Amino acid sequence: MSERIREKLSILADAAKYDVSCSSSGGNRKNTNKGIGDSSSSGICHTYTEDGRCVSLLKILLTNHCIYDCAFCVSRKSNDVKRAAFTVDEVVELTMSFYRRNYIEGLFLSSGIFKNADFTMERLVRIVKKLRTEERFNGYIHLKTIPGASEELLTEAGLYADRMSINLEMPTESGLKLLAPDKSHEDVKKPLGFIQNTITQYKEEKKTGLIKSIPKFVPAGQSTQMVIGATPESDMEIMYSAAQYYSNFNLKRVYYSGYIPISYDTRMPVIGSQPPLLRENRLYQTDWLMRFYGFNVQELLNPKNPHLDTDIDPKLSWALRNMEHFPIDINTADYKMILRIPGVGVRSAQKIVQARKFGKLRSHQLQKIGVAYNRAKHFIRCADSPYLLHEPDAPHVKNLILAESSSKYLKTAQNQLSLF
Amino acid sequence: MVTYVFDGSLEGLLTAIFEFYEQKPDTIQLVWQKLHQPAMLEETVIIVNDEAKAKRVWKGLQQKLSPEWLKQFYTAYLSEQPQTFQDLFHFACYIFDNPKGSEKNFGNPHVIAVSKMVKKVGRERHRMKAFIRFQKTADGMYYAPVEPDFNVLPLIVYFFKNRYADQQWIIYDVKRKYGLYYNLHTVTEITYEFVSAIDTNKVNLPQELTDSGEELASLLWKDYFNSTNIPARKNMKLHIQHVPKRYWKYLNEKDGKN
Repeated sequence: MSERIREKLSILADAAKYDVSCSSSGGNRKNTNKGIGDSSSSGICHTYTEDGRCVSLLKILLTNHCIYDCAFCVSRKSNDVKRAAFTVDEVVELTMSFYRRNYIEGLFLSSGIFKNADFTMERLVRIVKKLRTEERFNGYIHLKTIPGASEELLTEAGLYADRMSINLEMPTESGLKLLAPDKSHEDVKKPLGFIQNTITQYKEEKKTGLIKSIPKFVPAGQSTQMVIGATPESDMEIMYSAAQYYSNFNLKRVYYSGYIPISYDTRMPVIGSQPPLLRENRLYQTDWLMRFYGFNVQELLNPKNPHLDTDIDPKLSWALRNMEHFPIDINTADYKMILRIPGVGVRSAQKIVQARKFGKLRSHQLQKIGVAYNRAKHFIRCADSPYLLHEPDAPHVKNLILAESSSKYLKTAQNQLSLF
Repeated sequence: MVTYVFDGSLEGLLTAIFEFYEQKPDTIQLVWQKLHQPAMLEETVIIVNDEAKAKRVWKGLQQKLSPEWLKQFYTAYLSEQPQTFQDLFHFACYIFDNPKGSEKNFGNPHVIAVSKMVKKVGRERHRMKAFIRFQKTADGMYYAPVEPDFNVLPLIVYFFKNRYADQQWIIYDVKRKYGLYYNLHTVTEITYEFVSAIDTNKVNLPQELTDSGEELASLLWKDYFNSTNIPARKNMKLHIQHVPKRYWKYLNEKDGKN
């Protein structure tokens, strides 16, 4: 008995791991009924795998049987892998057993498509319903939306799940068509839109205050994922697509997953080639600049600069292309502009704005506040900045910064086995 | 320079602040009794804890600081770091001597020193929420030994009480020899006597004390941890940065990796 469940867990966790979302944030479910579980709104990573990714949720597939044959997917119909399927009770028991021991924040449940969309979605809903109603579980639940499932099922799912997601898989429609001819971005947009509208409806109803207890509906919002590096899109195409989904569907997150070769299909990178980790990192940096630093995607990527620099991060890259905005006077500039200084993060920017009310800030104070001063110093003026005869030019500044920084990517190739 | 020697308690720290304003020496250094090495020409004042004086100082801080900042003051105190005790002393004086709102002056060295320690203790508190691993005992209790860098148990009481409201649990700080026990109603502080049946120096409970399902649950978790890893992305530096080695002892998924 225990051997069978161990085997199932290994197969179905392995098949689920290429979905990179691990977030457990944004949940606000409180333990009001002396049940089990209470969401932490900031999310908690309970451990990290040896690849450095966070483990927050029990991330599994209900089954890896699938009627589709998407070239990029390890569970594709034509792939010769072991197949397995959990029962509803097995998933519920595993989740509770892990949660009670504080191993996890909750469950991330996805599935291959067996029979059809409704049949699959119905099983997923049955599991989360049982967790919420019978086990009185208030932990985090991230549930995959199965494209093509009925609106009734999606509505029911949304009442139990904290977050729902559907993956775009490839950043562009043409990329998707190349590798998964049966799928289209339209199939994704429809349910994303439906759930988004329902979230809005519930919020509106809550605002009116007419009904006392409006149930929660997908309180942590929706997210999506695209695989990068499997198809030849530019960084600009990827980020424009992301920006569009952020604004059209009010997504909480877009995840970028560097393609890890799992197939001998000649349309994609061959098995054994390096996953594009540096590119993935730069895309996430761009994503952060859009969401937390007030950058517009066109400022960071445009037809003149369709690719992100590899040697420097996108914020520094933007600054060097726009030297006319610098140097920025720390003691007088707008918060928005302070956020744009390379080496200044959101927290430091907030501290600067508060601290300067007490007197002009000097360089040693900036360092204590947490500014990466060696980087920032080329772009700022503070109370004790020396007088400059002429403004430094971009290539010069770039060289100075590169000379004293050690990029974690450029010095050694990743994953290269050490000889000794 | 006068040396104030106190016992390391919050009451002692607050009493020291009171005495400073009462006696008005020029400058002082605050030293934790257990680290105090008397010097020949040193003027020493032994701080005698006084609840009434401590309360007055706390009330004074309450009038000047927001509840959020008061909590931060306490959080920094839990670091048990001699330098932080000194920083808190100077921070409190800075707050008393300046207009309301001065805690936002991040250009001030005492404000920034306290803020930094708050961040460190906060990180440790967060790690305990993440890294605590309960083992289910044969009588249905969930037990977790811990060894946090800072004394953070007081900061995680409500988190665990709210989350595990329907199960009894014990979190025991092996280093500081005290713990928390939740009996389905309230959380109480316990001493080593409460867990005397357990060898707290050993992380894993002996099999005769654990629930029959414990071994499988732990095994499944280890299986899951290994299956969810992507070897092609291996990055041990990042792994260790997120899960520092000193915590591995208490993480069952890292069993045998020490």
